[in-house]
Amino acid sequence: MFRNQYDTDVTTWSPTGRLFQVEYAMEAVKQGSAAIGLRSRSHVVLACVNKAQSELSSHQKKIFKVDDHIGVAIAGLTADGRVLSRYMRSEAINHSFTYESPLPVGRLVVHLADKAQVCTQRSWKRPYGVGLLVGGLDESGAHLYYNCPSGNYFEYQAFAIGSRSQAAKTYLERRFESFADSSREDLIKDAILAVRETLQGETLKSSLCTVSVLGVGEPFHFLDQETIQNVIDTFEKVADEEEGEGEAEPAAPAEEGGDGTGDQDVAPMET
Amino acid sequence: MTKQHANWSPYDNNGGTCVAIAGSDYCVIAADTRMSTGYSILTRDYSKIHKLADKAVLSSSGFQADVKALQKVLKSRHLVYQHQHNKQMSCPAMAQLLSNTLYFKRFFPYYAFNVLGGLDEQGKGCVFTYDAVGSYEKVGYSAQGSGSTLIMPFLDNQLKSPSPLLLPAQDAITPLSEPEAVDLVKTVFASATERDIYTGDKLEIMILKADGIRTEVMELRKD
Repeated sequence: MFRNQYDTDVTTWSPTGRLFQVEYAMEAVKQGSAAIGLRSRSHVVLACVNKAQSELSSHQKKIFKVDDHIGVAIAGLTADGRVLSRYMRSEAINHSFTYESPLPVGRLVVHLADKAQVCTQRSWKRPYGVGLLVGGLDESGAHLYYNCPSGNYFEYQAFAIGSRSQAAKTYLERRFESFADSSREDLIKDAILAVRETLQGETLKSSLCTVSVLGVGEPFHFLDQETIQNVIDTFEKVADEEEGEGEAEPAAPAEEGGDGTGDQDVAPMET
Repeated sequence: MTKQHANWSPYDNNGGTCVAIAGSDYCVIAADTRMSTGYSILTRDYSKIHKLADKAVLSSSGFQADVKALQKVLKSRHLVYQHQHNKQMSCPAMAQLLSNTLYFKRFFPYYAFNVLGGLDEQGKGCVFTYDAVGSYEKVGYSAQGSGSTLIMPFLDNQLKSPSPLLLPAQDAITPLSEPEAVDLVKTVFASATERDIYTGDKLEIMILKADGIRTEVMELRKD
């Protein structure tokens, strides 16, 4: 009701005690394409959906390496995310330089949150329009944090942000209790499955998602397309086999023809 | 009244010698492992060679505290470069960065005498030699440190290419093979150890090639 009167300035409170500009910034996060993070005791996986502006352009980079032991996935205004990633990298480098040891993840997210808070209390600034999933490994184990434009941050076992992230969150909620003891391979599989949930019907291909891993003895790195496709093939194939058994005989050849692994005498377009 | 002079210096010289030789597809970087102060030995086991990037290795003699600080700065700058360009710095790029970093402290210099060795973008060996404030030059071989005055004339005798006025222009790369270059390095250090009190104990040799880095250690006289 009062939203339009008190939303011009980030330094104006509404009568109900809200800062609408900050809330609008959180909306921007929901508009961005999905980003997902999960962690086990020893590994953190960050995955995201590759959305390109048009068929002609390439997709934007949404996962950034901050240091060997920290990575970040963003959703929202990617430009803001890029700038914040640069800030995070510089914090990690400065800490390494001064203390000759890797920056603990919990410290990094506090710096990030404090930086975001400043933008909620200056009349000449605007909040950052990006949500960050910060995943990292330090002496106290593997961590996954979510940093909001509001300056708040929370620690998660698994989380998803961006458009259609609710579908991924539902999937993760069903499975998260097993993540702590998950193997590295299972964690990656769960991340890709969660990405699939956000695609809502669209066929999952390795070109549609980016996956990164970091963990004990494993510095942050991206998984190559081949590895991702192999993981996709493991569960796509299982799904196809199950469907093939469940349906009647006439339908089976059409199923397999499309798969490419079945009857080779049948041309793809023929039944 | 005569001018008062400082009775404290921010610098000290920890001695030691560094040598590098560039080959057609390799680069040899070597340094002794003795660290001294005044007429005393601090340790017989200190490495003066530091890998900055896959294809660039720095060896510095002089004031080791400044050398350490310089290495840290270069390491951080290299990380920034890797984040921005998604690849490691090439040796010539690192050479320029080192020069700029040294000149940045033109009025309170790093007391470091550097030799940078590595492979250039074509895979050929390259050696860059510096003074304390960043003046540098690409050469085929160089020696820096307390033993440099003993070693450099001998390297000139063995390796110096004909006059630069000769046409076609000669490349600053030695025609020696890798085992020959390593042998030459061992010879020069053995000789320098005889007459330079600050050089000795052990010789650390790093050989950089396209497929990786190999390290050799040789004993030197400990007196």
